[in-house]
Amino acid sequence: MAQQKFFHHALKIDKDICIGCTHCMTVCPTEALRIINGKAQLLENRCVDCGECFRACPVSAIRIEEDDFQNIFDYKHRIALFPSVLVSQFPEGLPPEQIYSTLLEVGFTDIFEVEHTADILKEEANKYLKQHKDKKPLISTFCPAIVRLIQVKFPSLTNHLMLLKPPFDTAALYARKQLIDKGIDEKDIGIFYITPCAAKIAAVKSPVGENAHLINGVINMDSIYNKLLASIKSNKDNTCRVPVKNNLSDVGVLWSLTKGESENVGKRSLAIDGIQNVIEFLEKLENEEMPDIDFLELRACDESCAGGVLNVNNRFLTVEKMEERAEQLRSRKQEERDDNPMNNYQNFILENMGLEPVKPRSIDKLDEDMSKAMQKMQQRTKILEQLPGFDCGACGAPSCSALAEDIVNGKASQDSCIFVQALKAYLNIDEQEKAIQMLERIWGKNRIDINLDTLDNNESK
Amino acid sequence: MEFEFEVQGGDFSNAGQASSRIKKILKQLNVDPKTIKRTVVALYEGEVNIVAHAWKGKIKVDIETEKIKARLSDEGPGIANIDQAMRDGYSTASEEVREMGFGAGMGLSNMKKNSDEMEIHSEVSQGTTVMIVNYL
Repeated sequence: MAQQKFFHHALKIDKDICIGCTHCMTVCPTEALRIINGKAQLLENRCVDCGECFRACPVSAIRIEEDDFQNIFDYKHRIALFPSVLVSQFPEGLPPEQIYSTLLEVGFTDIFEVEHTADILKEEANKYLKQHKDKKPLISTFCPAIVRLIQVKFPSLTNHLMLLKPPFDTAALYARKQLIDKGIDEKDIGIFYITPCAAKIAAVKSPVGENAHLINGVINMDSIYNKLLASIKSNKDNTCRVPVKNNLSDVGVLWSLTKGESENVGKRSLAIDGIQNVIEFLEKLENEEMPDIDFLELRACDESCAGGVLNVNNRFLTVEKMEERAEQLRSRKQEERDDNPMNNYQNFILENMGLEPVKPRSIDKLDEDMSKAMQKMQQRTKILEQLPGFDCGACGAPSCSALAEDIVNGKASQDSCIFVQALKAYLNIDEQEKAIQMLERIWGKNRIDINLDTLDNNESK
Repeated sequence: MEFEFEVQGGDFSNAGQASSRIKKILKQLNVDPKTIKRTVVALYEGEVNIVAHAWKGKIKVDIETEKIKARLSDEGPGIANIDQAMRDGYSTASEEVREMGFGAGMGLSNMKKNSDEMEIHSEVSQGTTVMIVNYL
C-alpha cells in the first residue's frame, strides 16, 4: 500500500548523521519510525509531530526544519509572533520589555505576543461549553500534537474537540488585520512565528480544521534565542532602545502552561501534560462515558509549552519565571489592565474563531476492508506466536506486534527477526548466508562488515 | 472471529481490561469509530456489572462483517426484577461498591442505550446472561 501523505512534518532525519540506533523508534508514541538500511525512517501518516524522537536522538540526527531568518526581509512589514514562553527563556534580570525591544532591533518591524487573545478565548470557550453539553468532556485544540494524536489513535473522540482556534491562530489573524486596517498592502506583510516545538510548525504548514495558511514562516525558538542574546550582549548599556509596552494579562501569560486553560474553562476541568499520560487518559475516556467532566486541557509536552523541544531554558525554571511575571501583571492597576490592543478587535476575532470539524484518520486499521482486516489479524496472531516478544527493536520495528503487522502488510519479512534467524541458522547451516543478507538489509552493509571484522580480530588474538 | 475473556468478581482494579482489548481489535478491523464507542461503552458497563455484582463471569465477543455479538454471562446473585434493574438510577450495589465510584444504577440502561439489540436472562442466585448486538 502506498504511503498517503497527510501533512507536513517539520521533523527531518539527516541520513548522514543517523546511526540507526533505535532510540527514536522506541520512544515514538505512535510507532511512526522504522529502521531501514541502517537509518531511521518516518512513516508520515503515523507521525503526530510530538518531537519525542528529537529529544531521544543521541547524535542530533533529527532536525526541526525552520525558515531562513533572512526571509523576513522579503517583506516591508515583518511581524514576529511569539509565545510568552520565549520571554522566559533568557537569563535573570532581562525584563520582557527588553526582549520585545531586541526583537525589533534584529529586524522585525512589529511584534505580537500570541496570548493577547487568550482572554477572548477564555470567555468564548466557556460559552461554547454551555452550548455543547452533549459533547462533554470537550477537549482543547490548543496543542497541535494532541489534535493529531486524537485523529490517528482515538478517532471516536474527534467529536469532543472544542472547535475554537487556539491563541496562536487568532493572534496571527489579528496581527495581519490590524496592519491591513492601517492601509498596508497585504503583500507587504510577513508574519513569522517563533515556535517552541515541531507540532506548531506542522500546524502552520498544514492546518487541521481550517484552510487558510495564516503565517508566512517559522523560526525556531533555539535559533532566535542565540540571535537575541547576541544582540543583547552587544548592547553595552543594557537599555531598551525601542520601548514597547507589555500589556499581556496574567491569564494570557499562563495560558500555555499546565492548568493555563483548565483553571479558566469549565467548572470540573482536568489538565494533563506529557503525551503518555494523555494517551492513558484518552484510552479510559474511550471506554467510559464521563459526562461529568466539562473540559480537558491536554498537552503533549511535560510542563506543557515550558517543556517545548526547542526551548533553551529548563522547563521548571521557565514555569517559575512565567508565574512571577503573571503575579506582577495581576497586581497592576485596573486602567493598565484594560489597555489591551485586542479590545477594538474583539468582534473580528470572535467572527473568525471557529474551526471546521476535525476528521479522524485511524492508523490502527489493518485494512480498509473489514473481511481482509480480519484475515490479516488472524495471520498476525500466528506470526506473533513465533516471535520472541522481547520488543528488542533489532528487526527495525518498535515491537514484535509492529513487526507482525508490517509482515502482514507486506512491508517486512519474518526473517527480519534475529531470533527467528538464529533459530533457522542453528537448524540449518546453509541459512547463515541468507541471515547475514537479511541483517544487512535492516542495519546496512557497513555495520555488519564492521562487526564481523572485530569478531575476526578478537578471535585471532 | 471469536474472543473470550474471563472476568473476576470484585476485581475492580482490572475492570475494563476486556473492553479495552475489544476496542483495540475493533480499531484494527476498521470498524466505524461511532460503533466502536457504543460497543466499548456497552461492554465496559457489562464488565463492571460482573465485577460489582457477580462471583465470576465470561465475556464472549463474536465479530462478523455485518455485526458484533457479545454474550456476558456470570455466576452470581441474579436479578430478581429485570424491569426495575433497567431503570436509570436503580441499583442494588453495596455501600462498598458505591464508595468506589461504581453502582450509580446506570449500568444496564447504558448498555441498552449503546446497543442495537439487548436481551437479559437471569435466575436468582444462579447468574445473569446479557446478550447485545451492534450492527455494522
